[in-house]
This record gives sequence, structure tokens and C-alpha cells, in this order.
Amino acid sequence: MSKLTTSRSELDLDRPNIEDYLPPDSIQQPHTKLRLRDLLDISPTLTEAAGAIVDDSFTRCFKSNPPEPWNWNIYLFPLWCLGVVVRYGILFPGRVLILTIGWIIFLSCYIPVHVLLKGHDKLRKRLERALVELICSFFVASWTGVVKYHGPRPCARPKQVFVANHTSMIDFIVLEQMTAFAVIMQKHPGWVGLLQSTILESVGCIWFNRSEAKDREIVARKLREHVEGTDNNPLLIFPEGTCVNNNYTVMFKKGAFELGATVCPIAIKYNKIFVDAFWNSRKQSFTTHLLQLMTSWAVVCDVWYLEPQNMKPGETAIEFAERVRSIISIRAGLKMVPWDGYLKYSRPSPKHRESKVSAASVGRKIEIIECEALLQR
Amino acid sequence: MGSASSTLTQYDIEDVQEHCNNLFSQQEIVSLYKRFCQLDRNAKGFISADEFLSVPEFAMNPLSQRLLKMVDGLNFKDFVIFLSAFNPKASMPQKIELIFKVYDSDYNGKVTFKDIMEVLRDLSGSFMSDKQIEEVLIRVMEEAGYSKDSSLLLDDFVKILDHPGLKMEVEVPVD
Repeated sequence: MSKLTTSRSELDLDRPNIEDYLPPDSIQQPHTKLRLRDLLDISPTLTEAAGAIVDDSFTRCFKSNPPEPWNWNIYLFPLWCLGVVVRYGILFPGRVLILTIGWIIFLSCYIPVHVLLKGHDKLRKRLERALVELICSFFVASWTGVVKYHGPRPCARPKQVFVANHTSMIDFIVLEQMTAFAVIMQKHPGWVGLLQSTILESVGCIWFNRSEAKDREIVARKLREHVEGTDNNPLLIFPEGTCVNNNYTVMFKKGAFELGATVCPIAIKYNKIFVDAFWNSRKQSFTTHLLQLMTSWAVVCDVWYLEPQNMKPGETAIEFAERVRSIISIRAGLKMVPWDGYLKYSRPSPKHRESKVSAASVGRKIEIIECEALLQR
Repeated sequence: MGSASSTLTQYDIEDVQEHCNNLFSQQEIVSLYKRFCQLDRNAKGFISADEFLSVPEFAMNPLSQRLLKMVDGLNFKDFVIFLSAFNPKASMPQKIELIFKVYDSDYNGKVTFKDIMEVLRDLSGSFMSDKQIEEVLIRVMEEAGYSKDSSLLLDDFVKILDHPGLKMEVEVPVD
């Protein structure tokens, strides 16, 4: 059977080749003669549609799986109750205290440094970086974070970007406590937004607004400028564009991969043993999410700093992005799905529908080729 | 079980099971209910077209608009009855009837040449021109003994499509 190659100019080059995700035997054998039965038989397409109604890989990426209850026993239940008392009554106030102390120390150092050292930029930047790392360590301590870092620590060099998979906003804090990254984030409302515009601004963060279309070009320019600057903090990008439940990775956006810089992948995997760190932004606010973490036993995660990757000759940005995604997914044990994370916020456009190839329509295309052959007879 | 509550009683399950002719097991019906509630975001008791389209795999399907007409606004019982045609134990006539309904968009019991053309156009997208589709369809229909003006009834569909190769099966995940 000859492999069906679709002309790349017809398909939108912005998406990965979905044929790579199809099971190997799903493409049907061409028939020897086209009959009315074959033409009328739309069962493969209907089966796919019904399959999507019953279960689909996109929704699965954003499902938070509640932990299994284990307190169903005469001695386990009181133990669990004791656990609740310890967590809410002892640990939580202790953590709030640690966090408050941390904030006091941070602000009492940060504000003088920021205001008084206005002229001495280099020194100020170094101190501010150290202080941001400090407050992040306090945050991590406030959830009793047990983070294991593997691999060489990132260093600040020009022409490099760091990319990581995204589960929650705490990814940023976990990574920031080790190295002061400049991150590109969605501008949030509320107290998070306030933090973003004051403190994080000093580390060199870049803001974008998902809902503004024009925003993309401005952001692309800012990214490029940052990467090319010599004494900027290393740039951290979450190419998925949205929080995923740490069992899957969705498509990486190519923006980070066409800056002409070396891409250093970082893989983050949370151990769900005590708490599920996935921030389901549709279900809870960030404050609720933080409180949930602060009243759990611990946040356990592994961070792997992986080997820096460069674009191979002849590779497109999208292929590069997919290659890095598979490196991260394999390391963190995540399944890859071919969906764009932004579909969480908007419907697929009609243009999407034309260019997406599914198993049924590949089979259909084989039939179309037969039709054409029939016409020429 | 008019409006969707988050709990399903044994009575409800048996009622639904009876209506789909026992094609689904009770576990499968519970799974389908979980899925129904997942898609029906504001617990209205039915899934709106917009909510179906929020599943990208469904929205991408070339026949999604035709199927939407059949599934839009269904309550849970009808939802299960619709999906029962995709059960491996469903009879061939039941499956073919669903296919017939997809073609017969005006529900007059007859599938005309125009109806078939429209479905083929949806499926082939921009890969073939209307003229090409028409030519192929005329030729293939003549070979099967139908003219361009004949309209096909459900029995014709059963006669044409009933063969062991027709597989229209979806497995309901049960965890």
C-alpha cells in the first residue's frame, strides 16, 4: 500500500501532522472497484463523531482527577480526621506565619533596594534577583514543597530560552526559587496582577493578553529583544499556553521556537501522592488553589533540566516544537495529544476543519482518488 | 429524571436500559451519564449545540453539522438511545437507519440524488469539484440500477449497505 502524502501547501503548516498520531492500521486498503455501497457508507466518519461524543482526548487533558478516598475503615477514618486537624490547625497557621515572615523580610529589603539603588542598575538587578528567589523559596516552604532538581542548573547566557510544560502557576514559583527567570505570562486580574506589575516587572517579565489578536506581534518583538539582550535574566516560556493536568501535553506554540535561540527544555512532573497540583482555572481561582496547597501535606515534584536543543537544518519551527515536546513528555511520562490548548477558550475555526486529517477522511481520500480514476476511464 | 441531577438512581438506569433495548450494560449507562454531565456544563438536562462543538474532535468532523441536528437538545435518555446505534450488539438495520437519517436531512423518508451529493460534498471538502462528484455518483448509481431521479427509501439503503463489512462501533469507556 503506497503511503498517502498530502501536499503540505494545502494543509495549514501551523499544526503537527495528525497522521503521525493515527494507529498504524487505521488507514483502509483501497478497494478494487467503487460501488454505490462504498460511496454511501459514511460509517467510519460517523463512528469518529460518536467516539468524540463519548470520550475525547482534549477534555481528558483538563480533567482534574480527585484522589481516591482511603478513610473508609474504623481506624483509618480517625487517622484521617487527625490528619485534617493537623493540616488545618497546625500546619496551615504555621505556613501562613512562615509566608508572612517571608513577605516582611522580602518587602523590607526589596523596597529600599528598588528605590535607593536606582542609579546602580547592575547591583540592583543582582539584589532583586536574589530577593525574588528568596520569596519563591518562602512560597515553596509554605506548601512544604519537596522539589528534586535533576540536571545542570540553568545559567544566564544570551540567545537561549527555557521551555517547560505547564500545570499550574506554581510551576513558575518552583522554577524561580532555583534561578531567577524572566517569564512570559498572561496578565491576571487581582492581587496576582499587582504582583506581576510591580515585583515581577523587575525580573524582566513580559505580559500578554490572550484575547487581543494584535498583541501577538508586539509580544513576539519583545521576546526577540529580550533574548538578544546580554544581561537580561534567562527567559522562561510555557509553550502550551494553558494549564494542563500533568498527565498530558498539548501542542506547543511555535513562538518560542522561531527566535533563533537555543531551546533548553525543562520537564516538571508533580507527584499526586499528597495533592494534585493541577490548577483547573475553570473550576477555582488561584487563591483557592493556593489555599488548597497550603492545607495539604506536601507538594512533591521533580524538575529535570534537559539538554539544550537547536533547530536542525531543514526543520520547521513547528517540527522543532514537536521534537522538544516529545523530549519533555518522555522525560516526565506524559502523553502527547495533538490539540491546541487555546481550544479551551475558543471553538475551532472552519479553516481548521478543512485542514485536519482524520482516519476516516484519509480513507475517504483514497476513495476520492479512485473516483478520479473512474472519471478518467 | 427531567432535569439532570448529579445522581442517577437504579430506577433511572433500568428505565434507560429498557429504552435502548438492553444494548448497554448498567456500568456503561453510568459512564455515559458522567460524560453527559461533563458536556452539559450548566446542568440544564440537555446538551446544547455549542457544548457539543466545544469538543474539538467532534467539531472537526465533516458531518458534525448534520449530526448536531440529530443530537442537539437531547435529554439523557434520548442521548443513550442515539448512541445505542453504535453499540457492537446493535442490529444492522438500526445502524443503517441512523445512516439513512443523516442523509435524509428533511426527514421525509426519502433520500434524493441531491441529498447524497450534499453529504459527499461535506466529506470531500475542497478535494473534488461538484461536477466531479456528480459524474461519479451518476455512474455508480446507474451501475447499481438507480437513475439520477430515483429517490432511495430506507429499504433501499438496507439492501445496499447491509454487508458484514459495515462496522459502526464505539466502545464506552468504563472505569
